[in-house]
Amino acid sequence: MSPQTVFAPWEDPASKPLIRFYGVTKRFGDFTAIDNIDLDIFEREFFALLGPSGCGKTTLMRMLAGFETPTEGTIWLDGRDIGPVPPNKRATNMMFQSYALFPHLNVRDNIAFGLRREGKPKDAIAARVDEMLRLVQLQKFAGRKPHQISGGQRQRVALARCLAKAPRLLLLDEPLGALDRKLREETQFELMDIQEKTGTTFVIVTHDQEEAMTVASRVAVMDHGKLVQVATPDVIYEAPVSTYVADFIGDVNILPGRIAAQDGTRVTIDWAEGQPAIAARTRLALAPGSAAYFAIRPEKIAISAARPEGAANAVAGKVLDIAYLGNISTYHVELPGGQVIKAQSANTDRIAAREFTWEDAAWLSWTDAAGVVLDR
Amino acid sequence: MRRLAVIALPYLWLLALFLVPFVIVLKISLSDTAIAIPPYTPILDLSAGWDGLRDFVADLDFENFAFLATDDLYWKAYLSSLRIAFVATVLTLLVGYPVAYAMARAEESWRPLLLMLVILPFWTSFLIRVYSWMGILSQEGYLNQLLMGLGLIDQPLTILNTNAAVYIGIVYTYLPFMILPIYATLEKLDTSLLEAAEDLGCSRMSAFWLVTVPLSVPGILAGCFLVFIPVIGEFVIPSLLGGSETLMIGKVLWEEFFSNRDWPVASAVAVILLLILIVPIVLFQRNEQKQREAGG
Ligand SMILES: Nc1ncnc2c1ncn2[C@@H]1O[C@H](COP(=O)(O)OP(=O)(O)OP(=O)(O)O)[C@@H](O)[C@H]1O
Ligand SMILES: [Mg+2]
Repeated sequence: MSPQTVFAPWEDPASKPLIRFYGVTKRFGDFTAIDNIDLDIFEREFFALLGPSGCGKTTLMRMLAGFETPTEGTIWLDGRDIGPVPPNKRATNMMFQSYALFPHLNVRDNIAFGLRREGKPKDAIAARVDEMLRLVQLQKFAGRKPHQISGGQRQRVALARCLAKAPRLLLLDEPLGALDRKLREETQFELMDIQEKTGTTFVIVTHDQEEAMTVASRVAVMDHGKLVQVATPDVIYEAPVSTYVADFIGDVNILPGRIAAQDGTRVTIDWAEGQPAIAARTRLALAPGSAAYFAIRPEKIAISAARPEGAANAVAGKVLDIAYLGNISTYHVELPGGQVIKAQSANTDRIAAREFTWEDAAWLSWTDAAGVVLDR
Repeated sequence: MRRLAVIALPYLWLLALFLVPFVIVLKISLSDTAIAIPPYTPILDLSAGWDGLRDFVADLDFENFAFLATDDLYWKAYLSSLRIAFVATVLTLLVGYPVAYAMARAEESWRPLLLMLVILPFWTSFLIRVYSWMGILSQEGYLNQLLMGLGLIDQPLTILNTNAAVYIGIVYTYLPFMILPIYATLEKLDTSLLEAAEDLGCSRMSAFWLVTVPLSVPGILAGCFLVFIPVIGEFVIPSLLGGSETLMIGKVLWEEFFSNRDWPVASAVAVILLLILIVPIVLFQRNEQKQREAGG
């Protein structure tokens, strides 16, 4: 039993959120960076913000840290409106997207900076800094200035600096982007471990959807200053509310069409000339004839040489392209009407033994529960 | 060949405008006074060939430098110049830093205008500006009139012809040299550093002392040297605004040259002044070098 399935305070109406955005709008001049956001984030959450560049992730963080004030609405932390609280009095620490390391201080002094402001005893500070240096594997570089270390090392110093104070709320603006894959994964687990131990609440911005999937208790997908969907990673992945979300996270085939008929949760969608209607299931009530999209992940489409028996949906085409990714391969299959559908299968055999090659005829099939029907 | 010319050009420039005059001054400082034109001997006579040159060199000596050591006027003047330059530099820094800070924090569209205003005084003659301070600071000057008009004082203050007037004159004249380098470092200071400091628990004030000030040290040093170095040898301001108490080596130098017509002693004074200046100039160069390395 993983803790994520147990930990779901957002489903419990009795639990009180740590952070509450209440109708928050932020405008820069006449540009609206954050557009009327309502959002609750709970204690001990690992909350990930996902969205394209310029959608307002950093702005949201900066409002939490106290560097921007909402144009409209209020932000509550621990049941208190934090509007009038200055940044240095907030129980939050932020890791800046630009790192903002102090160039005149060495790595050790950068990490100790926040601890020194608390007036802790010297040896307690030194011990804490050593602990942080170990955590980010920078013991050897403690004496260097920021311009004497690499970009990834700088990122780790910035991370260590904001972790050092063990705040109640940690704001991480793309904390791991400059790290190599191995170190990134290690640090992700470190972060989850820290969170488990200290009970710190994390809000993290990331461009890496895999990272969001790995670490987050919930994911918020943003677009132009609005929250499009806030849900657990599996819901975001399996049940996106719109094609925007489906397309943003992971690989997906989006087939636009029209509702042919609906019977309870069963729905059929006409989508291409000469192709059978797609059979799918949905909870949406859709009027026949209205526009709809069918979104299906490539790994949920099976590829075979012969028409599979009893499949709810099956289409024939020819292999246009094969992307070999090591553990899996993605097949781009072109249908007679010109549409291209991506299907993925695990490479259980070595390459030489593969079943398909370019220009081969192939059948694609999926069940009626494999994809989602979207109305926008 | 072109490269050689490019490299040689600045050296030729230095040779012509600095080294040659310096060698001439050094030569005069090793000569003796004479009632003649020019007022020293020996005179180098190249037409006499090798023998003339040997005689000439034999006549040079360090007598004038020995004389400087015996008369305490000179070393007192050097010390006093250093002290006045130091105090004036500190005062200029105290006035200049807040101005530079305010400029760097001003709306971006205002900054070119503010920079213009700082540089504007250079467009009128330095001499005229110092003279106008005489009009402001004198017994019947504008400042005394204003203060008496406001009823703050009933006797006019004696400011002109004191060290205070010299300090006012120096701070006024050299302020741009302090403001500009400090402004340059403050302007490129990344404001997210201040946010980070506040985020980590600093008040605005302590963020200023812990982040802004340390990061503007290169600008502060550059500004201080740009004021300190020329002020040591300053002559016009102490002569026009200073009084009998104001002892500065530039004034002594002037008097030796033009009142006493003792060129050899005056030259010796100048040579020593130059030697004293080498120390801060080297430090200044090193600061600039370090800043360049850190910058890129
Ligand atoms: N101080 C500001 N003045 C004017 N516009 C701003 C300011 N700060 C941010 N913006 C605008 O607000 C929008 C959101 O910016 P924000 O920095 O929050 O984006 P982001 O989601 O963090 O993007 P990225 O992924 O590139 O970091 C952008 O269009 C940006 O240009
Ligand atoms: Mg950002």
